[in-house]
Amino acid sequence: MSPFLFWIFVAIMLVFAIGVIANRSPVASALSLVVSFLALAGLYVSLDAFFLGAIQVLVYGGAVMVLFLFIIMLLDLKAERMRKVNSAAVLGGLVVILLFVKILFDVSYGFQGGVAQFPALTQTPQGDAWYIGMTLFRQYNLPLQVVGTLILVASIGVVILSKRELK
Amino acid sequence: MNAAPWIILFSPLIGAAMIVLATEKFKRISSYISVAAVAISFVLSVSVFRGEDGSAGFTWIDLGSFQVKIGYVINELTKLMLLVVSGVGLLIHIYSIGYMAEDKGRSRYFAGLSLFMFSMLGIVLANNFIMMFIFWELVGVSSYILIGHWFERSSAADAANKAFLVNRLGDFGFMLGILLVWNTTGSVMFDEIGQRWTSSATSPLVLTLAPLLIFCGAVGKSAQFPLHVWLPDAMEGPTPVSALIHAATMVAAGVFMLARTFFLFVPSVTALNVVLWIGLLTSLLAALMATQQDDIKRVLAYSTLSQLALMIAAMGLEAPQAGMFHLFTHASFKALLFLGAGSVIIGLHHEQNIWQMGGLRQKMPVTFWTFLVGTLALIGCPPFAGFWSKDGILAAALGHQNIPAFIAIACVTFLTAYYMSRLFVVTFFGETRSDTAAHAHESPMVMTIPLVLLAIPSTIAGFPAVVSIFYKVPEHEGAVAAVVVSSIAFLTGAISGFLLYREKAKDPIDIPLFENRFYIDQMYEVLVKWTQDLLANVSGFVDRWIIDGGFVRGTGRAAWGFGFALRFLQIGNLQAYAFLFGVGVVLLLYFILFGAS
Amino acid sequence: MVTLNDYLIASGLLFAVGFAGVLLRRNIIIIFMALELMLNAANLSLVGFSRYNVQNGLPDYNAQVLVFFIITVAAAEVAVGLAIIVALFRAKQTTHLEDLNTLKF
Repeated sequence: MSPFLFWIFVAIMLVFAIGVIANRSPVASALSLVVSFLALAGLYVSLDAFFLGAIQVLVYGGAVMVLFLFIIMLLDLKAERMRKVNSAAVLGGLVVILLFVKILFDVSYGFQGGVAQFPALTQTPQGDAWYIGMTLFRQYNLPLQVVGTLILVASIGVVILSKRELK
Repeated sequence: MNAAPWIILFSPLIGAAMIVLATEKFKRISSYISVAAVAISFVLSVSVFRGEDGSAGFTWIDLGSFQVKIGYVINELTKLMLLVVSGVGLLIHIYSIGYMAEDKGRSRYFAGLSLFMFSMLGIVLANNFIMMFIFWELVGVSSYILIGHWFERSSAADAANKAFLVNRLGDFGFMLGILLVWNTTGSVMFDEIGQRWTSSATSPLVLTLAPLLIFCGAVGKSAQFPLHVWLPDAMEGPTPVSALIHAATMVAAGVFMLARTFFLFVPSVTALNVVLWIGLLTSLLAALMATQQDDIKRVLAYSTLSQLALMIAAMGLEAPQAGMFHLFTHASFKALLFLGAGSVIIGLHHEQNIWQMGGLRQKMPVTFWTFLVGTLALIGCPPFAGFWSKDGILAAALGHQNIPAFIAIACVTFLTAYYMSRLFVVTFFGETRSDTAAHAHESPMVMTIPLVLLAIPSTIAGFPAVVSIFYKVPEHEGAVAAVVVSSIAFLTGAISGFLLYREKAKDPIDIPLFENRFYIDQMYEVLVKWTQDLLANVSGFVDRWIIDGGFVRGTGRAAWGFGFALRFLQIGNLQAYAFLFGVGVVLLLYFILFGAS
Repeated sequence: MVTLNDYLIASGLLFAVGFAGVLLRRNIIIIFMALELMLNAANLSLVGFSRYNVQNGLPDYNAQVLVFFIITVAAAEVAVGLAIIVALFRAKQTTHLEDLNTLKF
């Protein structure tokens, strides 16, 4: 993928991610998050992970964010009023973030292997959905079943947690 | 191995053990056992005297590099001292049967007396420092037991404590001296030290310090200044005890020890001078104090202090033979004087103040005549024993060309004559000054016979013919000058005492300084109190603030403080938790990826 | 040419943005969304490494299966978390973080 496209997608992703955390209104935040996820799906595709890109859009954008918006609408959350800012906490948080970014850059520029070109893919005759499926059902069958059970448990939990008190 | 010295040593111990274990209730039997034990020791001492010199011993404690040997050494010094100790001891034991006839604690008394004989004979026979030190301490214990015999009287109990504690001070210096000598020469046997001393003690500090430390022991035991304060108070014990221990034998142990270890003092002029001047100072002080005392036993106690100091001074004048000669004669006449005083005290039903006595010349004739003999011997009137021995010391001073010492000894002679004639005149002459004096009568024979027996050596022990049987006293130049000066001194003293105190009902001269013993006791009391308060305050401070406040409470407070500080980390603020989480992650990454700095 | 380092830096920056959101916002829902950002940043770096480790001409699909699982579990977690927030909102009538804090200091 050409660097130009790559950096555009990264820019979109980061800008809208900042939009998520900077917006006053929860709805605006949720919609920014959707856009960020789409850009991320684009990055997946640029890495030849087509199946995952599709899953990202479908699951995250289609299910998770819909759920978020649904809850925001349910609770009828208004834009947040400004409260007194604890400047010491904000400052501390920013310092930690900046330190983390600094470590990130130091690590990346020390990682020699990371400047090599991606090796070429020589064969994908069946498409990666087939390969992922085979890996999933052959080698990771047990984790698959476990995750399935986890989702079942989560659904039951959600129903119980959001029950109103029975009078 | 010659068994006689061992029997001499252990016979009184066995006697004491028998009394304590078996015959506590049978007081008469206890007294006989004790006398028998001492008699055995005396008889064997005579046979040892006529026997050979020698030395033997065995190892009592063997820890490899550290060994404690118990042994005896018989030489001229030992033979003489054995005779003195066991002979005078035997006479006093017999006298005690009469003196303590009505005392309820007689068994305890005789057991203590036998223990004392055992300890004293141990000192005399010892051939090494450690054994001597062991018996030295034992003598102190016996003295404590005997001074405090009438312990129901708080003054007696206090006096016993005082004697023991003051002795302990001297013994501490003695122990340091023994350790120093041991360290320098590698041995504690007297003969080995004597051979090795001049070659191993190379630094002048050791040469002076070791004898001075050893001298501390003599200062304590023989009651020299500044540790003299216990001896007058020791008069709280029964009079025979005062006679035996505090006149004839125990206090002489210090002088004996100096004679035994004199080879340590010879190389050091400083040590000899210190010994000399402490002796002279004590002698003068004690003589001055004696002139104002009203208790018959106290006068004799100060007189003992003074005479002992003369013996110590003789050691300082490098004349140990003169000192031992005086010890020999002093033992007999001082014991005689004390036993005579005891006779007077018993005759007057335990009255001790001389101003309550008087006119006893007719009432107690045997006591009167023997006391006269003892007094004349003490003040140095020829031909009695004291004259010869005191002259020996004066001559030694002249021979050493030490004129200040000579003058000091002459002054002491004058004062001795003065206070003894004061004592004699007030006690025995004049009218009777109290009822008890009027009803006095002579003591029983069991008490007067020892008096007579002691009067014999007091008279003849000074004659050169007699002396040469026992002992060799070297000639000194200037002996004639010494005779003249001492005669003038004692005559003036005796006559002035006689004239001043004749026919007097109370003391015409009153010098509070002497009477209160130069206030030395009071000074010590203040000093001890001040030291104890200081120590108590320092200890209290350290305990309260440093140990309790600093360590104990400090640890508690530190733990509490930590807990308080850490509490702020968990206050329920979600974002605070996340923040700390982030800090932790960043730090962890930094240390893992870039290594700890 | 785009290298692995670029993808990793992008992932790291996304993670930093998410972490900043957790630290600095006080609305529960927004914090939750920032949490999702962090998960996705991890996914991106996983996919990057998957493409990088090529075996037999194929990318390493183990990482992609892991991403699959992460997405699944994240979805379940969102569901449960939002249910809790709904229950909390019914009790406290607020989504502001400071009002939800009942732990005494």
